[in-house]
Amino acid sequence: MSNEYWAELSGVKKRFGKTVALDGLDLQVRPGELFSVLGPNGAGKSTAISLLLGLLKPDSGAARLFGASPFRVEARRRVGVMMQEVTLAPELRVREHVALVASYYPHPFTPAEAMELTNISSLASRPYGKLSAGQKRQVQFAMAVCGRPKLLFLDEPSVGLDVRARETMWATLRQLVHNGSSIVLTTHYLEEAESLSNRVAVLNKGRLIASGTVNEIRALVVRKHITCSTVLGADQIAAWPDVESVTRDQQRLQISTSNSEAVVRRLLAADSNLQELEVRRAGLAEAFTELTQEAA
Amino acid sequence: MNATSFENPNGFESPRPFDSFHDSSVAAVMSTGRLLGAYLAEAKFESLRMFRVLGFSIPFLVLPVALYLLFGVVLFGEAIRNDPAAGKFLFAAFGVFGVMGPGMFGFGATIATEREQGLLTLKRALPAPAGSYLLAKLLMTMLFALIVMATMIPAALLLGHLPLTFAQCASVTAISVFGSLPFCAIGLFIGTRVSGKAAIAFVNLIYVPMMHISGLFYPLPKFLRTISPVWPTYHLQQLVFAALGMSSYGRTAIHIAVLAGLTVLLTAFSIRRLARVG
Repeated sequence: MSNEYWAELSGVKKRFGKTVALDGLDLQVRPGELFSVLGPNGAGKSTAISLLLGLLKPDSGAARLFGASPFRVEARRRVGVMMQEVTLAPELRVREHVALVASYYPHPFTPAEAMELTNISSLASRPYGKLSAGQKRQVQFAMAVCGRPKLLFLDEPSVGLDVRARETMWATLRQLVHNGSSIVLTTHYLEEAESLSNRVAVLNKGRLIASGTVNEIRALVVRKHITCSTVLGADQIAAWPDVESVTRDQQRLQISTSNSEAVVRRLLAADSNLQELEVRRAGLAEAFTELTQEAA
Repeated sequence: MNATSFENPNGFESPRPFDSFHDSSVAAVMSTGRLLGAYLAEAKFESLRMFRVLGFSIPFLVLPVALYLLFGVVLFGEAIRNDPAAGKFLFAAFGVFGVMGPGMFGFGATIATEREQGLLTLKRALPAPAGSYLLAKLLMTMLFALIVMATMIPAALLLGHLPLTFAQCASVTAISVFGSLPFCAIGLFIGTRVSGKAAIAFVNLIYVPMMHISGLFYPLPKFLRTISPVWPTYHLQQLVFAALGMSSYGRTAIHIAVLAGLTVLLTAFSIRRLARVG
């Protein structure tokens, strides 16, 4: 194990009964990066995170956290966690929840500092059970950062947050990464991953099907979309080389192609009155859909 | 630590302690003081929250002394003045009753519910010190038992006119506080096996018969008396009788061994289950 990675899965296999959750997965989290783990439901994201947090044991392969077994509490003392589904004691006040989690760490923020960092100071004396769903997520976020962790695991952190609270959380995350922490994010909001991530991993059926920067992932999908208003027939264009599909949407044609330059040149040559030409590259969401469909 | 301000890209400006996020001294080693502090914080917040659950704290803290006052003072106070043994019997009965509940329900129902709600998973992912979750519940239960005794003893001395010596009060308190452990173990055993809703039913399934057919409140018919040693309440009651200077069945060492054995056995099974299944 090199110290290059703060968290690492190498060749991990994990089964639940007959279901293969992870099938030889390799995943590395480097210092100071925001790393998004994406994948459709059942892709193995939660299993991967659970292995890195020492909640599960791999059937084969290894999970490492700061070079040690995630089962070691010393390794987990450098980690903050925000889980997707957890119900905290409704009777305890926000400050008390943060204080309890802070007590687990060697050099935590004071509860007041952690609440200030996450913009929830005004909730400090409120009983947790009286908070809205979004406020509860904010409290869980404060609990995740209160131990001054080097590595944060956030599972769907912005579910239920309003726009302002989400922007505050994003700003805090960017600042944490700027200050040298790493963050592992699992999210269904691809725009969240697109906006925040340095690096993305796409899982499907327990395997890593793509990883890289957001741009690298988008570039994996070579297909581009051309829309234009033309007198040419859809059937005619569909017969051209490199054209994958053509659909007519009212007066406009939608052309999918892996060689947009050649198709655009031919379009302009064939129809001198061609209008409203638009060429669009696949976004992360589209790349994601394509990658996971290809792998299916 | 100095709070410093920064301007973030979204225009929120507030003093935030970011600069000190990575203290150069940050190491994963906990000092003994902080480790102890973590155990204490867990116990403190567990107790605090159970006190705040009125559906838990009122029945388990108020009911034992209230029932003792009702039966031992209001209804049968006159008769008991001439028969201190009867008074001590009632005192022992409601004392043991007060010790049973918090352990069985505080462990049984809450652990089952918290397992379902993902809290245990979160605690396992967080660097919570080993065993702090269970230890906190244990200390909470012992604290409840202590409070039960701290209300029952003055009630017995001042209103029940029981002739208790200081030594008797001290030993009955100690027996009650440690006597809550086997009930914690029963609750833990149930709570690690069934769902939150089922746990309450299962706990009641043991709690109610144990209260009524272990000889706690009234003399039993012979066939029930012969099986009463299967109930931990029987052994605890005999220990309390002995501590109060009353006649009791069996040997103290045997009672302690049965209660300790039950506690260790059920706890070991439960911890194994928690480690495997969560």
